[in-house]
Amino acid sequence: MSKVTGAEILIKSLVEEGVKHIFGYPGGSVIPLADKMFGNKDITFHLTRHEQGAVHAADGYARATGEVGVCVATSGPGATNLVTGIATAHMDSIPIVAITGQVKCALIGNDAFQEADMVGITRPITKHNYLVKDVNELAKVVKEAFHIARTGRPGPVLIDLPVDVQLQQAEFRYPKTVDLKGYKPTYKGHIGQIKKLAKTMTRSKKPLIYAGGGIVLSDGANVEITKLARKMEIPVTTTMMGLGAFPGDDPLSLGMLGMHGTAYANLAVQEADLIIAVGARFDDRVTGRIDTFAPNATIAHIDIDPSSVSKNVSVDIPIIGDARLVLKELNAHARKGDYAAWRGKIAEWKRDFPLKYKNDDKLRPQYIIEQICEITKDKDVIIATEVGQNQMWAAQHYTYTKPRTWISSGGLGTMGFGFPAAIGAQVGKPDHIVFDIAGDGSIQMNIQELAMAVIEKIPVKIAILNNGYLGMVRQWQELFYDKRYAWTVLSEKAATVCPDFVKLAESYGAKGIRISEKKNVKKAIKEALKEKGPVIMDFIIEREENVFPMVPAGETISNMLHGLA
Amino acid sequence: MPRFIISALVENKFGVLARVAGLFSARGFNIDSLAVGETEDPDTSRMTIVVDADEKILEQVKKQLNKLIDVIRVQDLTGGKYVDRELILIKVKAENTGVREKIVQVVDSTGAEIIDIGRKTLTVEESGDAHKVGALVELLRPYGIVEIVRTGKIALQSDMENV
Ligand SMILES: Cc1ncc(C[n+]2csc(CCOP(=O)(O)OP(=O)(O)O)c2C)c(N)n1
Repeated sequence: MSKVTGAEILIKSLVEEGVKHIFGYPGGSVIPLADKMFGNKDITFHLTRHEQGAVHAADGYARATGEVGVCVATSGPGATNLVTGIATAHMDSIPIVAITGQVKCALIGNDAFQEADMVGITRPITKHNYLVKDVNELAKVVKEAFHIARTGRPGPVLIDLPVDVQLQQAEFRYPKTVDLKGYKPTYKGHIGQIKKLAKTMTRSKKPLIYAGGGIVLSDGANVEITKLARKMEIPVTTTMMGLGAFPGDDPLSLGMLGMHGTAYANLAVQEADLIIAVGARFDDRVTGRIDTFAPNATIAHIDIDPSSVSKNVSVDIPIIGDARLVLKELNAHARKGDYAAWRGKIAEWKRDFPLKYKNDDKLRPQYIIEQICEITKDKDVIIATEVGQNQMWAAQHYTYTKPRTWISSGGLGTMGFGFPAAIGAQVGKPDHIVFDIAGDGSIQMNIQELAMAVIEKIPVKIAILNNGYLGMVRQWQELFYDKRYAWTVLSEKAATVCPDFVKLAESYGAKGIRISEKKNVKKAIKEALKEKGPVIMDFIIEREENVFPMVPAGETISNMLHGLA
Repeated sequence: MPRFIISALVENKFGVLARVAGLFSARGFNIDSLAVGETEDPDTSRMTIVVDADEKILEQVKKQLNKLIDVIRVQDLTGGKYVDRELILIKVKAENTGVREKIVQVVDSTGAEIIDIGRKTLTVEESGDAHKVGALVELLRPYGIVEIVRTGKIALQSDMENV
């Protein structure tokens, strides 16, 4: 067999893994790789304008398609620019493979130009990572990396590849199988435990399903959970990461729970006698004060990751396994109990404490989200978000009915995530309409990717909910710091926006639309949808609009603030 | 805080030690001792980790250890039967003959060994479980200990109950 270079081995390995898109940014330590990619027909390289854009795009691609997202950066500053994005993917269990160039093997550890210890830096924020010093190991490492990224609880894997290894030669043999002694994820749940849960369900009077991002990650689990809920007539609340895991328009849906969840979901949690948590990790944004969370409930927890179980709350019925497989088994054993009275109670709560806002003639963000939902509801749509109030409004007021249609940084809460993630999602799903719901603060963190979107004609629609503030922080200052708006004022008056996002869009060659009045919202959205390239919609919203309901951090769920409206 | 003894079978690869140690340090635990060495299989190493930790957090650390790709198996030896050994070298002051003789007596009576003789010091070697090693340190302390080095505990689950 003839020999090829490390760079060629890497590319051939990626092709073997079915990779079609790479997002990245070049530098001295990846030139050999870039050179071998030149003219490659199998893989499209997307040149971002910042490495953070590349990793978030790979992440958005993975979230939208369910495939592994791939990004590339050079050594040192290029590699360290990936860190926030890798941590973001890690917190939300998103499968990505990040490839970083490294200085020559002989220089590693010598403070060489553009050297950073990436294996050391990313150790706590990757599922696994590699430094490849022997070109003969490269194909095996790539095989393992993709296997680790996409199986079990998915997550990011980093491959650090010295520039000289990219130039060394070896035979290309791609392994067919992976054998890792220390890595054997459990997929099938323990049947005894599943039957125990089934029995507990039948006996229970007030059961509640609490569905997390794990349902989205385990393809097909949404079908099983929908079947379970409908057959048993059990209400379902989802985490923010679980939006779309269960159809939001189903009468059994209680929407999102937690800090900015619906009052009825939170009330239901507090009163439930059985909580069936699936692929959810009892994040503190969900539980509020942990010792007062679901005080009356038996807690069952289905999760593929044993370390998620009994981490925050103690679990009565742990079931380790893949969400889809366990739910399928549970569906075979579950018999219906009598939950009519429980559903009656929930219906009352829904009537008494609906999600609401002041729907007057002012331009309010909730209305904008509702209109986007209304106009796009019969189409294939993906909603990505930034972080802050915009994210919460997008979570509350858009109805998600399918998995992988909601793309948001949950665990890390990364501002600047939404736009590049939306670009990645659009690359993966070219036939979908993709929105980035943004704040004027967050969008400025990765706005440079507009260049890539324009040049590559990636038609992401950016809806900036422009309040001139770092709104979510301002909201906390309003409620808990006596309205002292320190460090959160982005522009003094809403009308004197800075930057002028319409001109900014135009300067990149994109379309920009400013909307200051409620009556122009629908027209603007429709106009944006007609456009073939990216569009910025700059909605000048009520400056001090708040996200309600709200459970203040560390409080008991019953101390929920309902707001003024 | 209670003391725990964890035994982990890991891949014999670079970086594994840092991954394992990182799980403890990320939670602010101090590792009392950590001993690593190759096993009967040159591709794997065994680590014995002794740590003072909060029980609930340690439960999480054990699960996290299991999650590491390079960790093959994790055992918590704390509650069960196990055999353990530690090697210690103690350099003790011995400036006159009288003192030397006394030290030699202590060493002989405990089964330890003198492995280095200096003009002003003796170096004593002892291996054994925590109790035995600790006792020798206390016996020698009155003479003035110059330096101590210890390997940290190595431990294996005991099969005694099966015999
Ligand atoms: C990278 C990063 N830095 C800081 C924060 C803290 N933070 C959370 S929300 C928020 C305000 C976001 O403001 P904006 O994007 O304008 O959105 P809004 O809340 O106004 O909708 C900030 C600063 C964060 N989540 N991420």
